[in-house]
Amino acid sequence: MAGMLKRLWNSAPVAAVRAFAAHPLVQRSFVVFTVAVFVYAAWVGLTQAPPDREMGDVQRIMYAHVPMVQMMLLAGTILFVCSVLYLFRASWRTDALAEASAELALVYGAIGTTLGAIWGRPTWGVYWAWDPRLTTVAILLVALAGYLALRRFVDDAERRAVWASVTAIIIAADVPIIYFSVKWWKSLHQVQSNPRTVDPQMVHALRWNITAFFLVFIVFLVVRYRIALAARLREVTVPDAQPRAREAVAS
Amino acid sequence: MRHPGLLASTWVLFRKDLLVEWRSRSRINALVFFSLATLLLFSFALGPDTALLRRNAGGYLWLALLLSSVLALGESFRVERENAALEGLRLVPVDARAIFLSKGLANAVLLVGLGILLVPVLVALLDVRLVLPWPRLLVLTVLGCLAIAAPGTLYGAIASHARARDVLLPLLLFPILIPALVAAAKGTALVFEGDPMDQLNSWVALLASFDILYWGLGVVLFPRVVEE
Repeated sequence: MAGMLKRLWNSAPVAAVRAFAAHPLVQRSFVVFTVAVFVYAAWVGLTQAPPDREMGDVQRIMYAHVPMVQMMLLAGTILFVCSVLYLFRASWRTDALAEASAELALVYGAIGTTLGAIWGRPTWGVYWAWDPRLTTVAILLVALAGYLALRRFVDDAERRAVWASVTAIIIAADVPIIYFSVKWWKSLHQVQSNPRTVDPQMVHALRWNITAFFLVFIVFLVVRYRIALAARLREVTVPDAQPRAREAVAS
Repeated sequence: MRHPGLLASTWVLFRKDLLVEWRSRSRINALVFFSLATLLLFSFALGPDTALLRRNAGGYLWLALLLSSVLALGESFRVERENAALEGLRLVPVDARAIFLSKGLANAVLLVGLGILLVPVLVALLDVRLVLPWPRLLVLTVLGCLAIAAPGTLYGAIASHARARDVLLPLLLFPILIPALVAAAKGTALVFEGDPMDQLNSWVALLASFDILYWGLGVVLFPRVVEE
């Protein structure tokens, strides 16, 4: 399996795509394209989509809230997969990707939750409700903050990577239990908004916004991943070898 | 030479952990007084409203246990770090899973003992009555302390080697333990207040699944945590 993937990764067409994607000009154009899509999506969401019949213009928060929370879930999934993979096969790349996705999950989760609270005040009447999903996300955000603190507090890079993976797996295992415990503990959240549950006229705007936030997510993830990988390589290589270390480890 | 099995080495290490704990009784004493002080503080923070205090007694019990557990867990690995005892054990060689099981069980036993000590205090101080038979409270206490001990031992091992370990351990442990805290506190409240809707069993089931999950994960992951 691993051998097959490696052969596929090094095959001529994939290598060509990789070389294309690695070109600085292509990467810069991708960022410009992302910004353009984001601006268009925001315009569609703010002006083109119809206001909600009951909630009015406040409902437009959905176009940012839903994509934000979805990106948080995506980042969390990447974090979990990377952590499991790292324990099977140690690699600085997996570790760097785990760190990048953990930070993004925390940022997207925090903004998504805040947007939800701002949306909740005029529609539910309160900023916060002890709803199972809300509470689960809040607990996970605190757990993620602990995960990131652990990464800051361990100096040895290899131990940090193992311990961070273990911690991410422990947190991920808790998700269903947290959800059930809070559900039994005390519910107000509307059914998740996704293109299938909202009005067809809003679907267009929601799809554009999900795409835009996804593109922004990719840009952030790649940039943060590179910084993390560079920091890791700098940490583990001898100072003398540093200028050429990147090529040495990458090959 | 034949290596002892997992259960045999767990038993030996478990006795060793309890012996170390017993020989430095001042630590246990400090723990007991810390948890008593916490109970008193809750009462003072909320004012002398007897009915309110009695209704919240289950929550106080578990918060006191949770706060004390952080001290106990931190201590249990500080002892091992001195003189590099943990590395010594690993070199014997002892199965790392046995270290996890023995440490976890020793911590759980310590916490159960603390819980059994705190209940009479609650009865005296907050005028709590046990409406349901006491074995149910004992089951809840044992399951709840096992729930704190499993992830606590895993994180204790991690935090003991990190900087700022006193801050790191609760930061890692508390969010993870929220479901166990909810289940244990709700269950205890039902024992104190009566259980007309027959909800106690579902909380016990939730606590038991939490235990099974984290003791399983601990056995699998702990060897990776302490490897060199």
